[in-house]
Amino acid sequence: MGHRTRRRHGVIVGAIGVLGEVLLTLGVILLLFVVWQLWWTNLEADAAQDSAVHSVTQAWDADGKKATDGSDPTHPIEGKVWGILYIPRFGSAYAKPIAEGTSLDVLDTIGVGHYPDTQLPGEKGNVALAGHRQTHGQVFWDMDKLQDGDKAYIQTKDGIYTYTFRSRSIVAPTQSGVVLPVPDNPTATPTQKLLTLTTCHPPFTTRMRMIVHFEQTSFTPSGDAAPAAIADLVRKTTGKDS
Amino acid sequence: MYAALFRALPGPLWLRIIQLLLLIAFAVLLLMNYVFPWANQYSPWTDSTVGLRLIHVLSDRSILP
Repeated sequence: MGHRTRRRHGVIVGAIGVLGEVLLTLGVILLLFVVWQLWWTNLEADAAQDSAVHSVTQAWDADGKKATDGSDPTHPIEGKVWGILYIPRFGSAYAKPIAEGTSLDVLDTIGVGHYPDTQLPGEKGNVALAGHRQTHGQVFWDMDKLQDGDKAYIQTKDGIYTYTFRSRSIVAPTQSGVVLPVPDNPTATPTQKLLTLTTCHPPFTTRMRMIVHFEQTSFTPSGDAAPAAIADLVRKTTGKDS
Repeated sequence: MYAALFRALPGPLWLRIIQLLLLIAFAVLLLMNYVFPWANQYSPWTDSTVGLRLIHVLSDRSILP
């Protein structure tokens, strides 16, 4: 074998070596992306959610009756937090901010998003909220554990709305009827006050949606003592008893 | 590629290892803080809503998680 042939061999071997390193690097980057999605986004979202809950309680204290900063659900602003969601079944410290809108900006950083065309707490109809089943704080990870008798609470500047579990179903992602004022009945006039949570199902896919309906069973005006089941958490979250 | 990079780093072996670890840490932080959040807007795995969303009209997943 001549010198020239040997040198050409060296170039080819070198090129294959570089190609191999590039492919290995891409593989490592893809694995890191999975780590980012499943773990890193949760760390970031937890911190962002805690600070959003803190900010909205401060806004309620500061702004009295006429909130123009989006912290009052009757004057919602896309992307702004107007409420806090408590679901004891999801953990004794579960208090998540609710923001207006279901864009990925809201769901990825704040966690729980209110479908803009649905009702607000206290109105007849359906308060519909979306959240991630996994990643970005995975606020609705335990949706499948909700059962009869479970409660959900929405706190706004006006008080705490108590909702009681009614049903759970799994639907196709296209089935937007579940967030109608009367679910799946576009022409009916609402008589009840419902709360609907939507999230991904099965976990780690977007093939279906898990839907849970609650019905409002009581309301505690701001200033009255919070429902006993969440009294400690409300005190810790807002610094007040109600 | 990586062998050439390692040879190009200055200093004794232990210093070059430290430099390499710093470079790796820098690359990972860059990916985690900037590249992945940007790439995620094109990810089809993050939807939890029902109904039509513009970004998904392009695919058959016309509704979000």
